[in-house]
Amino acid sequence: MTNDVTTEILATHVLDLAKAGKRLDGRGLDELRAVRITPGYVTSADGSALVEIGDTKVLAGIKLEPGTPFPDTPNAGVLTTNAEIVPLASPEYEPGPPSIQSVELSRVVDRAIRAAEAINLAGLCVTPAEKCWTCFVDLHVLDDSGNLTDTALLAAMSALKFAKLPGERFGIGPTAPLAVNHVPIETTFVRIGDALIVDPTSEEEDTCQGRLTIATDELGNVVAMQKAMVGAFSPRDVMELVDRALAHGDRLRALINQTR
Amino acid sequence: MGSVGAKEVPVLLDEHGKRIDGRGLHDLRPLKIEAGVLQRATGSAFVEWGENKVMAAVYGPREVHPRHMQQNTKAVVQCRYNMASFSVDERKRPGLDRRSQEISKVIGEALESVLFVEEYPKTSIGIYIEVLQANAGTRCAGLVAASVALADAGIPMSDLVPAVAVGKIDGKLALDLRKEEDNYGEADVPMALVPRSGRLILLQMEGHMTRDELKTSLDMGVKGCEKIYEIQKAALRNRYSLGNNGEGGAQ
Amino acid sequence: MVLPGQELEAGDYRPGPGTYRADGKIYASVAGILSIRPPVVRVIPFSGPYIPQDGDVVIAIVKIIGPTYWLVDVGAPHYAPLHYSGTPWKIEYGECGEYLRPGDAVVVRIEAVDQNQRIGVTMNGDGLGRISGGIIEQISPTKVPRVIGKSGSMIRLLETSTGARMTVGQNGRVWIDGSQGSIRTVREALQIIDREGQKSGLTDRIKLFLEQSQSS
Repeated sequence: MTNDVTTEILATHVLDLAKAGKRLDGRGLDELRAVRITPGYVTSADGSALVEIGDTKVLAGIKLEPGTPFPDTPNAGVLTTNAEIVPLASPEYEPGPPSIQSVELSRVVDRAIRAAEAINLAGLCVTPAEKCWTCFVDLHVLDDSGNLTDTALLAAMSALKFAKLPGERFGIGPTAPLAVNHVPIETTFVRIGDALIVDPTSEEEDTCQGRLTIATDELGNVVAMQKAMVGAFSPRDVMELVDRALAHGDRLRALINQTR
Repeated sequence: MGSVGAKEVPVLLDEHGKRIDGRGLHDLRPLKIEAGVLQRATGSAFVEWGENKVMAAVYGPREVHPRHMQQNTKAVVQCRYNMASFSVDERKRPGLDRRSQEISKVIGEALESVLFVEEYPKTSIGIYIEVLQANAGTRCAGLVAASVALADAGIPMSDLVPAVAVGKIDGKLALDLRKEEDNYGEADVPMALVPRSGRLILLQMEGHMTRDELKTSLDMGVKGCEKIYEIQKAALRNRYSLGNNGEGGAQ
Repeated sequence: MVLPGQELEAGDYRPGPGTYRADGKIYASVAGILSIRPPVVRVIPFSGPYIPQDGDVVIAIVKIIGPTYWLVDVGAPHYAPLHYSGTPWKIEYGECGEYLRPGDAVVVRIEAVDQNQRIGVTMNGDGLGRISGGIIEQISPTKVPRVIGKSGSMIRLLETSTGARMTVGQNGRVWIDGSQGSIRTVREALQIIDREGQKSGLTDRIKLFLEQSQSS
């Protein structure tokens, strides 16, 4: 049963809990919900993964198809990330073009993959300026119970890691695993009063005062950030969250690496 | 995968009358249904049918958007059938194409015929179907999932709705076509049945059949639907199993 | 347990909620438990929307401020008006916003349900009024009788073993107030009832849960 009652008293209660270092579902302020990765969920894709963080569910599918390099990057393949928050995911859906939330989600996930140089785009070039592979990362949000960004990137990276370049199918060389060079991980925090909590549920997102997403790579670099929603963070807050994001990034990368 | 380049017509029926996947002409592909799989939806169901994977969710009855669609005497059924871009061999552009719009319409109308929409005037009932992996028969799989999701949401309906397609391969009628059979077969008749009344609420046809073949197809489809109906009921019984809480309780 | 479309062996009875008559027979229209109380046969649903009834006490959320009323969300498909005459306050025209703001929660009583299920609500009466503190948990409206229990036994069990106070709205919204720990325990107990409320042995299951949460 969905809990879509956002009230003043919920906001007050979430705030009071945070002051005492607690959360609605009993988690600690820096504790993630249970994370589950199911690779190879969809066999019609060249790579796929269903990732669940708590009740939040995102399915990522990778498709690799021949295309043409962009004129300004004739020696590189093309990466396209697209996220759809489909209407079965939450009661907030409205018909029409992709919502602004879908667009932001696509772009924030795309930025992390690109900035971390997660996949070797030069390696996806077949003939400079003429022929290359286009890598489509499609994210299908099935249940929005909070923190879509982290779930979506984790799904995208899990799917890419198990993706195969379908060379034989298109007569472009052998079929081979897609080369994944780096694994960026995004960690999202929200501010509740003075508390900065990780992996917010939809109730916590609805009552928060600002959200910050930090993407890190396995070398300890920060590769992308996004401050969203109404609210503010001090530079000190940001640096505290960077340290926490690096630690969560290491743990989640280890989880992807263990996944078979 | 890997079939895109293959142009020659595959052998759809071997000398023993067996199909590509070893089925006989009257056999369904394996079908699994799970009810109540999504947290935020009012009702939901997941269907795995052969190599199809389809999720359905129901929201409502709730306020109608856009407002001018509101009807004074009944609920508006808003159905959306959508395919994930990676659900098929060649990537599909995201969003509803004309095929998806047509299927959304006929599924919505089929399900409205079993819903007591007059109980909820001026509201909307949203039925959302997402095809995650497609291997022929997704409109039937979507309808089967949506029907279980509606029951899971507790929206009054006169019956659950099973659906299946009958087709013609190598000149023989066959139940529940898979992708190769659909692509290279001679006809396809998807249908949805109200088991209690014995009436069809979705019926489409494409291809060539004689009058007698069509009659046999409808008989085969109805028999197939009756089997699917039992699996739908089992999914709901499983969801609401009345087992004793004390048994195997937490230690 | 019965499922939609299932024939109910009750030909001589009158079809009640959760059932319908066709071809002289009575069938279930929802998944639920069959209940025959002559002359009416009904199905008590496992899940379903909240249908407002005259006299229901529900928890509503203020959504929109009007000049002489508020529109409140009671969990039904449409917002319901709460007129200022339905409050204990003396309010001037246009001053409604000084008393209740969007996002505020109120305990109200449903009155005047018409055929189109248009409803009004009032805040005048015992136990009605504005809520402050605590938290509201949403469960399926069909599980409300299980949360209340026989003559209020489940509420008493939850309140006495945790020290929290509860108000159960017929619309499936439950207001829980008390210490942070007691609120969390009651919230989790309600989630168990929402998930498993149709099973037998529910009271024992909840007792066990409450013991475990006390010892941990």
